[in-house]
Amino acid sequence: MELQAVLMAAGGGSRMMELTYNTHKPLLPVGNKPLIWYPLNLLERVGFEEVIIITTKDVQKMLTPDRLKLDGKMKLDVVCIQLEGEMGTADALRHVQQKIKTDVLVLSCDLITDVALHEVVDLFRAHNASMAMLMSKLHEFTETVPGQKGKKKAGEQRDFVGVDATGQRLLFMANEADLEDGLTIRKSIMCKHPSMRIRTGLLDAHLYCLKRCVVDFLVENKNISSIRGELIPYLVRKQFSKSVNLPNNKDEVEMSQKMEGQTNLGSCKDEELLRLTQERSCWNDHHGDMSEAYHGGKVRCYVHIMEDGVCYRVNTLAAYIEANRMAPKLIEDPPIHPSAVISECTQVGADSIIGASCQISDKTSIKRSTVGASSTVREKVKITNSILMNGVTVEEGCNIQGSVICSNAVIGRNADIKYCLVGSSQRIEPDGECLTVTQNAVSV
Amino acid sequence: MADADETSKQAERNTNVGDGIAVKKQDIARAKNEGKELTKDEKQRLRKEKKQQKKNKKDDKGESEHENVPLPPSQAVVQCQSQKAPSVAPSLALTPVSVCTSEKPAKSKAEQRAERRARQEADRAAKGKKGESAQQPPSGKSKAPPNELQPVVKRLPEHVQVDDPAAVRKLAKKLERQQIPVRSEYGYKVSLFSHLHQYSRKAPLTQQISIPSTVIHPYIVRLGLQYSQGIVAGSNARSIALLHAFQKVIQDYKTPPNEELSRDLVNKLKPYISYLNQCRPLSASMGNAIKYVKKEISNIPCLCKEEEAKKQLLSCIDNYIKEKITLAATTISAYAIEKISNGDVILVYGCSSLVNHILCDAFDKKRKFSVIVVDSRPRLEGREALRRLVKKGICCTYVLISAVSYILPEVSKVFLGAHALLANGYVMSRVGTSQIALVAKAYNVPVLVCCETYKFCERVQTDSFVSNELGNQYT
Repeated sequence: MELQAVLMAAGGGSRMMELTYNTHKPLLPVGNKPLIWYPLNLLERVGFEEVIIITTKDVQKMLTPDRLKLDGKMKLDVVCIQLEGEMGTADALRHVQQKIKTDVLVLSCDLITDVALHEVVDLFRAHNASMAMLMSKLHEFTETVPGQKGKKKAGEQRDFVGVDATGQRLLFMANEADLEDGLTIRKSIMCKHPSMRIRTGLLDAHLYCLKRCVVDFLVENKNISSIRGELIPYLVRKQFSKSVNLPNNKDEVEMSQKMEGQTNLGSCKDEELLRLTQERSCWNDHHGDMSEAYHGGKVRCYVHIMEDGVCYRVNTLAAYIEANRMAPKLIEDPPIHPSAVISECTQVGADSIIGASCQISDKTSIKRSTVGASSTVREKVKITNSILMNGVTVEEGCNIQGSVICSNAVIGRNADIKYCLVGSSQRIEPDGECLTVTQNAVSV
Repeated sequence: MADADETSKQAERNTNVGDGIAVKKQDIARAKNEGKELTKDEKQRLRKEKKQQKKNKKDDKGESEHENVPLPPSQAVVQCQSQKAPSVAPSLALTPVSVCTSEKPAKSKAEQRAERRARQEADRAAKGKKGESAQQPPSGKSKAPPNELQPVVKRLPEHVQVDDPAAVRKLAKKLERQQIPVRSEYGYKVSLFSHLHQYSRKAPLTQQISIPSTVIHPYIVRLGLQYSQGIVAGSNARSIALLHAFQKVIQDYKTPPNEELSRDLVNKLKPYISYLNQCRPLSASMGNAIKYVKKEISNIPCLCKEEEAKKQLLSCIDNYIKEKITLAATTISAYAIEKISNGDVILVYGCSSLVNHILCDAFDKKRKFSVIVVDSRPRLEGREALRRLVKKGICCTYVLISAVSYILPEVSKVFLGAHALLANGYVMSRVGTSQIALVAKAYNVPVLVCCETYKFCERVQTDSFVSNELGNQYT
């Protein structure tokens, strides 16, 4: 087998607590499908037959009926972890280490994308890379987010990503928060790759292809707890470090042996033939200096940067809203579910999604919105730019604009809700008015 | 009765024709074999006999098939005979010894059956005597259907028949059967090269394969990618990489129940080879390596245990690489170093692993020479050769092929590498090599071609258009 998929679904959604305090992040409805459906659909479309899902007990209970939404035959192997401490993604990977027998593709459950996955995996295969990841151009969210005034400051979250001239080899990765004065780039890297492009407007899609020996390395080094935060920058730095000279750090030596050799476990002949091939092949990945292909380095990290296409990570409220807008493009199902009952005099815009068993009464107008399953919308309601989750009841005469209504909420008659977030099972009084002015507008 | 007359007249005509052709062929055979040992003659004669026996066997089979058709027997016999006559004519053209075939018609069924049995016995005896030295007659000839006139040409490989829709369809069907995706053509095709494949690099074959690839072994997928992207390039490198991948395939192979390893493994390798062929057409060296591996696999005794068989295969492949590639390189370089004298200026073209090896060895043996590396676009492989030679310490000059006639007056020898050596002595190599050789001849500079024997192939090609590989236009 070539690759095993591991889906990380144990995250808490700490950046959108308003939505996730009641519904777990993997089960948040986006376009009337649970969030976890999107990465699973991606894997299934590409041809994976088995996925290991790491999640919490509560989510595991919910995953079985939801499997019906996947019309393929993909086998889901759900592994539970306790959420006592902060278990990072690397810790979770260590937890399932026995199940991993080949190279691994790690995904996050909040990734919604239509990337051609073979682009990432081809980099991983062709260059025999230790790691290949996916990044995409960051989309600015233009919709007004309920519960927030003004634009979000994006200053501290910037990632600096350095790629080489081909745009595929990853040379440098650092988060602005880790850099005190400025960007420091080692001269050895500049000597090997004189042309480097540093990009900031990139979103890390949290999709990584990791070699088996990297997983083994994780098992050895228990102090690494997050893949994105610690492992990836470490691998990127390790590409250029000199391995031979410094044996004082025992971990370094072991790790370097594991990563650069792959020879400890038998097949030294393997290396020999690969070396012979490379010696006789007239290919080099760079020109202009006297070193061989890949500068003789054994650790190689590659990145595929998506220039166009859909790629969202639904970990903030703004991203959640944006994803709901984009969802109709990704789903092949008709936007209006066949079992929804929509009466004649309603206007449902072409870019709205109506869930199963909804009841939309007369004279309502639904534009650019998502209405969840089993919702009831009474007469004379105007819903614009909003997201209604499952089981919401909207009484007559309401006007909902730019808001997010969580599941099982009830909006009373003639309520006027603009840019608000109504929590789960909440009840808005009739003739209520909610406007996003202060924090109080978020009724939780 | 009219039929019988016709048949006998045709038989006469055929005899005359047969005699004429037989005489001509004998002449040619004699002229060719002048001065060679008797055994070769014998071998050839045996071969021709066997070919002819096979032809007769095929005709007999055709007969027996017709006999099964529910027709009155007399009609069936007459039909077969009349069908025989036209089939004899083309078979005459194919098989030189043809006189006896014209006497076939007008025999009874039982006699024919007895004859057939006798012939089969003779066949088996002949096969046992000959051993493996005689080559199989080319498959195209013996498979000529008895009902049509077939042109005297071998079956063309599919990669040079892209403008023939029937061949393309056949290839597509074969790939579908093996579950390999078909690579699509791309771009505008020049009419001169319309018979060759023109693939786009932007639409790799992996787009259509499932990502944890199950049909094709992951090592083979990786190898195909490396071929199509040019990461593994060069005849020797491709062969070594191919054999390495085959070793991995054999290691991971598990014989399914009720199957024999010697037969099943070969069938497993066929789709992989098709896939690699789609990624990049196989080179002659790869073809020979594949033939060797297939032969080794089919020679595994059926009583052998799986582990032993696998170990044996792996060691066979190791030996092949050691003997045919590594040791061959050492031997060739030992021989070639004698041709390099102190003060030589050697011209090399592109990046040939063997030539680089020779020059590095010569430098190690303290010969004093300098090298001129000639390079050409778009691949610019000469840069890599230049890097390796300069890293070793050899004094090098670098020019593009447009300057080759300007620097040739300074050159004392030209060393060229080869991709394949054809049966008529032609050398197949990177585009531009023939130009260098011609210019060198014009300046009376000796040209040496270095080629390992495993790159020899029995194909014959008289120009470079008929079978070639188109590069990517957007490199």
